[in-house]
Amino acid sequence: MTLNLKNIVESLLFVAEGPLTVKFIKNILSESDIQEIRNALQELQDEYEARQGGFYLREVAGGYQFCTCPEYKEWIQRMKKPHSTRLSKAALETLAIIAYKQPLIRSDIEHIRGVDCGGILHMLLERKLIRVLGRKEIPGRPLIYATTKEFLELFDLKDLKDLPTPKEIEDLTPSTAEQLDENAFKNLKISAGKVEKSA
Amino acid sequence: MIIDECYKIRLENIFEGPMDLLVYLITKNEINIYDIPIALITDQYLEYLKWMKSMDVDLAGDFIVMAATLVHIKSKMLLPIHGDEEPEEDPRQEITRPLLEYLQMKSAAEFLAERNFLGADTFVRNFAEEDYPIDKGNEMIRVGLFELIQAFQKIFAQMSEQHRVDLTTDAISIKDKISELVDILEKKGSVGLDELYSKNAGNSEIIITFLAILEMAKLCIISMFQQVQTGDIRLLYL
Repeated sequence: MTLNLKNIVESLLFVAEGPLTVKFIKNILSESDIQEIRNALQELQDEYEARQGGFYLREVAGGYQFCTCPEYKEWIQRMKKPHSTRLSKAALETLAIIAYKQPLIRSDIEHIRGVDCGGILHMLLERKLIRVLGRKEIPGRPLIYATTKEFLELFDLKDLKDLPTPKEIEDLTPSTAEQLDENAFKNLKISAGKVEKSA
Repeated sequence: MIIDECYKIRLENIFEGPMDLLVYLITKNEINIYDIPIALITDQYLEYLKWMKSMDVDLAGDFIVMAATLVHIKSKMLLPIHGDEEPEEDPRQEITRPLLEYLQMKSAAEFLAERNFLGADTFVRNFAEEDYPIDKGNEMIRVGLFELIQAFQKIFAQMSEQHRVDLTTDAISIKDKISELVDILEKKGSVGLDELYSKNAGNSEIIITFLAILEMAKLCIISMFQQVQTGDIRLLYL
């Protein structure tokens, strides 16, 4: 029997409980090299995409995972009891600020949003979308927050670099784009650079 | 006229904070964000505050701070600039910059809102416990402080005598210990309390680990469970 790397990788993905990283697969398949594994994953991704089935192989949170196509959510929701509730606008705003400006402390978030964020932060911590990295050595020793792997999984993001740069976001939403000029874009690029560094 | 318009808007919009209100006023008046007519915005802003007071809305301090900022900018703009003084930057920058940043983050939030949301739009195979019958032997219960102390004493009793008196300081800090524990928990998800102590750990390390665990529980980073049969305590990463 010849060793079919692609099938082995596929079987691993099938039983995995979360996204599998290339490194993790490599640990199991120590006899194969990393490029072969990458190729197998790419082939699988292509195959599932060509097949146009009910699920596909998504690249998320630094790994690979099977997930259903959004087109079929209605029927899946009928079968399963809902367990993942969507986030409020305020929670999404807070999460967006943490994702882009991390690592940061609570007052940084409140400075941008202009309102108290204590309750939202607690909820986000409870849902494991953010985590505490430590304390900042300034008076009051406030907690330092950052996003988690679960955050990437929840929003179907490959990694933090997968977040659009603020400039790209402005292009997506023409309503606010009109109000911005080149000067603003300059600032946006700076903050985008920050995100990449911390990613 | 403002009064009429206010009435209409208030029905459909609840402003979460002063920034929200400011963004709303700017969009409503179709204002260029780089050339905010401070007098107009300040007037409308104060009008809203008055209304909110009259409606017995518990006015958060944040709203008042923003009002003060607006008035401050307005007064700065009224001051004449003398010839020999350095031309200062537009005082309105004080409000333009945070507004731009806020708008940016609002757009980022919209981006997130449109993503395929796991558990609502897309689903993954899950191995959640409700899908499988619970094994009574592995059932976990929540433990409190005293069980934790007891478990701690047990570990203490196992320590060899030579480590009992150890006055050297300069051990690692609780903060470092927390990040060390978070790293372990991130990898494993949950970990037994015993696993966190090496057999030859010194007193200070035991205490720091213990304090780190308490701190983490307080911060809701972990929760603690005790196995019904064995009495082992496990820490679960949240």
